Amino acid sequence: MQSKPILLTILDVVSIIVLGVAAYLALVFAPTELVMGNVQRVFYFHVGTAWVGLLGFVVAAIAGITYLVTKDMRWDRFEVAAVEVSTMFFFITIVLGSIWARPAWNTWWTWDPRLTTAAVTELIYIAYFMLRQGIEDPEKRARFGAVYTLLGGLSAPITFMVIRLFRTIHPVVIGSQSAEAQGGFSMTSDMKTAFFFALFAFTVIFIDLMWHRIRLGSLQEKVEQLKLNVSM
Amino acid sequence: MSSPPSPSFFKATMAIVYKDLAAELRSRELLSAMLVFSMLVILIFNFALELDIKVRQSVTAGVLWTTFAFAGTLGLNRSMAVEKDRGCMDGLLLAPVDRSAIFFGKAISNLAFMLIVEAIVLPLYALLYNEARIFQPSFLGVILLGSIGYIAVGTLLSAMSVQTRTRDVLLPILLFPVAVPVLLASVKASGGLLNGATFAEILTPLNLLIVYDVIFIAVAFMVFDFVVEE
Repeated sequence: MQSKPILLTILDVVSIIVLGVAAYLALVFAPTELVMGNVQRVFYFHVGTAWVGLLGFVVAAIAGITYLVTKDMRWDRFEVAAVEVSTMFFFITIVLGSIWARPAWNTWWTWDPRLTTAAVTELIYIAYFMLRQGIEDPEKRARFGAVYTLLGGLSAPITFMVIRLFRTIHPVVIGSQSAEAQGGFSMTSDMKTAFFFALFAFTVIFIDLMWHRIRLGSLQEKVEQLKLNVSM
Repeated sequence: MSSPPSPSFFKATMAIVYKDLAAELRSRELLSAMLVFSMLVILIFNFALELDIKVRQSVTAGVLWTTFAFAGTLGLNRSMAVEKDRGCMDGLLLAPVDRSAIFFGKAISNLAFMLIVEAIVLPLYALLYNEARIFQPSFLGVILLGSIGYIAVGTLLSAMSVQTRTRDVLLPILLFPVAVPVLLASVKASGGLLNGATFAEILTPLNLLIVYDVIFIAVAFMVFDFVVEE
């Protein structure tokens, strides 16, 4: 039985600290936005979680391809970890977005390109877990999972482009603003500090959770191996 | 390559297509199920959406594509299940041909089934709802492009879903979120054409449709090996 690596424990502590600091920066330090008021503070965590959510999906697709090439089960565990953690973060993004959208757009949900793409992406990765659950052979499970993350990773950007043909009201804070966007604003330097720190904080937390999940995956496999040894 | 000369890629593909079409011609299991199902879906839509002349203007494309997507999953499921059930897939895999020939063979026969269903449903819809604009060539072209993309990714995913414990239940769950772009782009393009949009106006969804088709045929071609290997 390998014990928990010391570096991981340090990372745990760092994660908690940066989360606390990010919360302080977002809730207290950043100035209140003039038009929307305090609800705008959701934005920092919303973008932070969305960023790691998307990062995880890209990581998962790359891990999937690497698995198909190398056939090394470590990449499969890496892929599962990335998808699992991102699915959760992405769900949080959607929930936080809804909380913001209720006062800003006067609705919890609208079929905007970003929202729809987020929903479809989330569904793709829920389907991914259902697919994995239906297969017993670990090697086949890994292969199918890798193929599906690849398909999902390719179709999500096209979904985004297609839905853009319909309409958008989602604000673009970084980059050019669409004329129809509602609830957009420009950031002051304090807001930028809170914003970039939130991105950094969630990246650290993401790495920490990924590490835990990968470790859990290897432990799981070890348990399977031990069970096999006992029954023989 | 090994001693027995492997038949050409094209010949192998066509042999699979021929096998599927011949089997279907004799049993007519798949097509009849897809057709009856399609008609039922349209019937339900007729009452659920009250398809009068005003509503039809905006929803015809959506109704048709929903029908095709549902009927398509039915066909895809069945077409892969018959291969799996009596070990036909193992026989196919033992054949000394490139495995992607199996993919293309299955995809082409699935596409043929879907196009046959569409070729019957579209005139029927036109007849029932007096919608002659369905027969413009560009509309039929959009239907063809959409079907190609849907079948390409559907064939790959159905080869995966038949090997899982949940089988038929899983295919729509796997397929629909990945096929969202192709369905939406098709609805957008064909709906535009029905409402008298010019070719330039539907160019963007059409381009996305072509991009999707190319990407997913290429990817399915590359990863099919991983899906069927034992």
